[in-house]
Amino acid sequence: MATPILPDDTLSVEAATIVERPSTWQRVRRNGSVRLGGIVLGVLVALALAAPWLGTVDPSLFDPVSRDLLPGKTGEITDLDGNTFVHTFVFGSDSFGRDIYSRVMYGTRVSLIVGLATAVVSVTFGVLLGLCAGYLRWLDGPLMRVMDGIMSIPSILIAIALVALWRGSLLTVVIAIAIPEIPRVTRLVRSLVLTVREEPYVEAAVSLGTPTWKIMLRHILPNTTAPLIVQGTFIAASGILVEAILSFLGVGLPPDIPTWGNVMAEGRSQFSEFPHNILFPGIFLAVTVLAVNILGDGLRDTLDPKMARRT
Amino acid sequence: MLSFLARRLLSTIPVLLIVSVLVFLLLRLTPGDPAQLLAGDQATAEQVAQIRSNLGLDRSIPEQYLLWLGHLFQGDLGQSFYYKTDVVTLIGQRLEPTMSLALITILVAVSVSVPLGVLAAWRHGGWLDRGLMGFSVLGFSIPVFVLAYLLIWLLSMRLGVLPVQGYKRLGDGAGLWLYHLILPSITLSVIYIALIARVTRAAVLETLGEDYIRTARAKGLAETKVLLNHALSNAAVPIVTVIGIGIALLIGGVVVTESVYAIPGLGRLTVDAVLARDFPTIQGVILFFSFIYVLVNLLVDLSYVFFDPRIRY
Repeated sequence: MATPILPDDTLSVEAATIVERPSTWQRVRRNGSVRLGGIVLGVLVALALAAPWLGTVDPSLFDPVSRDLLPGKTGEITDLDGNTFVHTFVFGSDSFGRDIYSRVMYGTRVSLIVGLATAVVSVTFGVLLGLCAGYLRWLDGPLMRVMDGIMSIPSILIAIALVALWRGSLLTVVIAIAIPEIPRVTRLVRSLVLTVREEPYVEAAVSLGTPTWKIMLRHILPNTTAPLIVQGTFIAASGILVEAILSFLGVGLPPDIPTWGNVMAEGRSQFSEFPHNILFPGIFLAVTVLAVNILGDGLRDTLDPKMARRT
Repeated sequence: MLSFLARRLLSTIPVLLIVSVLVFLLLRLTPGDPAQLLAGDQATAEQVAQIRSNLGLDRSIPEQYLLWLGHLFQGDLGQSFYYKTDVVTLIGQRLEPTMSLALITILVAVSVSVPLGVLAAWRHGGWLDRGLMGFSVLGFSIPVFVLAYLLIWLLSMRLGVLPVQGYKRLGDGAGLWLYHLILPSITLSVIYIALIARVTRAAVLETLGEDYIRTARAKGLAETKVLLNHALSNAAVPIVTVIGIGIALLIGGVVVTESVYAIPGLGRLTVDAVLARDFPTIQGVILFFSFIYVLVNLLVDLSYVFFDPRIRY
């Protein structure tokens, strides 16, 4: 790869041809925020995958003898067959005698899955609706008014109400968090489609008799990928946050699933004596969301310079 | 101006109607019979049938919607399943704590974030600028309730300077009222400060590059005047816009903050209603919050005329 350092006489044709702009992928990889966010996120993914081998026990195991242990204390725990063994509670234990360290490690899985799934669901539906609104003019008005309606209801209220309606499970929580995000993606895709559809190559495709669905998939959709990756990253960050809030309020995933929000919800009543029940999952949650947000900032700066200049 | 006001007011009607349809469908999609729920377990079949025909639940869905909308226009949001009172009364009772918390939070957030944003833009690339940008990413990432517990731990439990939880009505004395609201409003304002400071910085940075700033400096105007009268006042429109949009964020934060600090407001009511599956109350609260959000953004639109005299409607 040629070095991007400009030679003295950049104006000569010869010199100008040597200078090669780094590809988008190179710019992304060299971006400090992308690296930092990516590395932290990579570590978290590794922790989530390796959770069973990191000195954890089954997060649902408990032992009444080991209730409310301080971090680092050793106590005993009973496995599903009734065998009792000695275990060190690195992050302490909760009021049932469960190991908070194990629950936090397994909770990483839930949070990452929820973040990824909300981003995928809301981007998928947002793209479908946005393409329709931007390309099928008759649908544009009614569809966007409905989107305006959804956007004027604070998103956390939609999520809370939908979970109340459907009762908490991984699927319902993901959909409930994704629905209020869909209008934002729809708006973004619609505005991109409206710009792209005026391009000469789209006109050419139309005049060649290319079917509408093919124009949308081949010519319009690829132009929306960069902003969508950026948007999707931010949606993942807020999805992780909203899931934790729902669980914390007691309206999210059922309490037997170890999520950071659930661990914190269980620690609420004892906060004055055992602040670590909230502290440890809280740190994991904040670090995860921060990493995803930093990654998003870096991606925005490199993939979507127009948007970076706007904010 | 008047015709704009009329048009802008009219344009909120379809949005509010769509919100009402969405919120109405929410209750109708609920599994279970609302009449049965309202009547309670001991009710006879006749009583249930009576309630059903009173509520119009035996009619078609569109008819039910129109009936419900009619009640809505008369200020009737229905009966709470759980509290057995009018939802409107219920909202009225819970309004003061939420409004107090929201207003103080906005006040704190704006008075902190706007000066910080201006200073960051003024010394673009300096330590304050970089610090503020770092803080704003952090502010977006730290969950409200984690921050709440950190502050409780530090200020209430370690230092013992502020109450851990609870709310005192304004009628019990303004000092006591404010004393109990300090911690919740600091907690809630962090994300709002992050949002407003970021936009203020970007907007002021843009106006600082304009020619009239150079002219103002060249004629020897004091730097504070340049910043306030020239830069900030020309950056006002995006700043008030983001304050309006941020109301949605604030409402979400209110729900969490009130739960942590045991404040008996609308946010707490929302969570309690969801836990009790009290759908008329959930509906009422969502409608109320959405109405406030639309109203605030209407006011923001109207304020453009004040902040930017070039805008004439």
